[in-house]
Amino acid sequence: MNHSMANVAVPAASSKIKMQYKWGISEASFRRLLYFAGLILVFLLMAIFFSLVISSVPALRQFGFSFLIGKTWDPVRGEFGAFAFLVGTLMSSFMALLISMVFSLPVSIFLGEYFRHGNVSTFMKSVIELLAGIPSVIYGFWGLFLLVPLVRELETKLGVAPQGVGIFTSSLVLAVMIIPYASSIGTEVINLVPADLKEAALSLGATRFEVIRKVILPYAFSGIFAGVLLALGRALGETMAVTMVIGNSNFLPHSIFSPGNTMASVIANEFTEATGSLYLASLIELALVLFIVTTIINILGKLIIRKMSTEK
Amino acid sequence: MGKIETSVHRRIWVDKLFKTLIILLSLSSIVPMFLILFLITKNGISVVNWEFLSQLPKPVGETGGGISNAIFGTLWLIGLSFIVSVPLGIFAGIFLSEYRGGKTAYLTRLSIEILQGIPSIVIGIIAYVWVVMPMGSFSALSGGVALGIMMLPVIVMATEETLKLVPDSLREASLALGVSYPRTIMKVILPAGLSGILSGILLGIARVAGETAPLLFTAFGSPFMNQNILKPISSLPLTIFNYATSPYPEWHTLAWGASFVLISFVLGLNLITKLVTKKWKVQF
Repeated sequence: MNHSMANVAVPAASSKIKMQYKWGISEASFRRLLYFAGLILVFLLMAIFFSLVISSVPALRQFGFSFLIGKTWDPVRGEFGAFAFLVGTLMSSFMALLISMVFSLPVSIFLGEYFRHGNVSTFMKSVIELLAGIPSVIYGFWGLFLLVPLVRELETKLGVAPQGVGIFTSSLVLAVMIIPYASSIGTEVINLVPADLKEAALSLGATRFEVIRKVILPYAFSGIFAGVLLALGRALGETMAVTMVIGNSNFLPHSIFSPGNTMASVIANEFTEATGSLYLASLIELALVLFIVTTIINILGKLIIRKMSTEK
Repeated sequence: MGKIETSVHRRIWVDKLFKTLIILLSLSSIVPMFLILFLITKNGISVVNWEFLSQLPKPVGETGGGISNAIFGTLWLIGLSFIVSVPLGIFAGIFLSEYRGGKTAYLTRLSIEILQGIPSIVIGIIAYVWVVMPMGSFSALSGGVALGIMMLPVIVMATEETLKLVPDSLREASLALGVSYPRTIMKVILPAGLSGILSGILLGIARVAGETAPLLFTAFGSPFMNQNILKPISSLPLTIFNYATSPYPEWHTLAWGASFVLISFVLGLNLITKLVTKKWKVQF
């Protein structure tokens, strides 16, 4: 009886083993699969770059380098020069950077030095994180209904044309949006400053302020700079919030209050109504320029951060 | 003596002033956050009711109407982008954590970092060139592709970061028991890092749920309840954008309501992510 039971059990067990064996793929092909997944991402990035280049060929061929310095953008006459958008992008981004630095640097010092742990720090960190999570269209909506009237009042007081919308308004919205990016990296690098350096300065009788000014900030400078650079990358490519408050004018802005357009906002405004291959190609060339600029900025920022954190 | 004392007093005073300044500026930098939440809750919460959530939009001039098409569209687009990005993202993440030092891993990591920094409007153009142009029409599918590309870096990085934390002893124990390498990865390493991967996916969803720019010329928007992935589809951010920039006050009201729904969704996801990470943290 024992014998017969064993006879029954053995085939069942062996088929189970076989099934398990079938389920798993061989190690070599699994490794190939992993490599493949990694390589797809490299190809994806290259495909994005080459698609942008190929799609903007008509504009590249027609205008060449003068695309970036041409002052007229006139779809009706088929003349496309992006200088006004270049200026608009740089003005709004750099102004946003300046405004946000007034706040993001203190936040970095606050979280990296004064309040490193505890409830205050947790609360602050969560709020900053939430700030980063708010969708940009909501920032734009908020800017449109809260900031635009405020700026209009300011403009009336200053005696400029009270439009409300314009480059200055978009920098304000952008400044709020990029605070989380600059401040989180700043916090990290300030945290990296070795304690013995700070303690040495304190033991020599330096006040906390002197430690921050003479030890922490010089030590963390390149990292803070990298954070600002990455925030700039964000600001340059931000679309929706800017589109909603910048006023969408295709003329060269003549002051910080005048309405304008950034490269991203002009794409958002005109892409769906672009008729003709040259028009479309010109807009795609703007996207190509954005892609190249933000990529360079990102790589630079990441390199600086990597260098800082491996030096320790 | 007196001179030194006054100089010390001055330095202490400067120190205190500096600290106060830092605290004040830090606190004022989170004021916008509360202003945004306050404004949207104040204007949005009274709009949101069952009718608003379940009805289709009405034409200009008629009161009422809802955003059910946008809610449905957002969920649809999230589903599509999930399919595009999650399987590939997880495998790429495993690759990065398994082959940390290799040249291919270096290139992949670099690509991911660059991909993460590409402005969303550029991704929209890519989806337009790759999907909309060949197929000849705006579609939910193209929107899903755009959002999927945006979600990829988040998922890859989350997967890599978590799997790096899984100790080697676990893998060695599994391999020593004779378990094959693929099974060790799929049944031991991956489950150990599940919480991190899950929170990465949730964060990715939270990131793309609020994206508007890549959808402007891919998903495009539609006032109907569309279930065909080859047709245009609406989404919450698109609806907010269209209503907020319109000249009609009734539409602004709808935009406040839609903003309230969107922000509750996004912040809720962020909160859930935090809970997931806290509760099922990788601990060994």
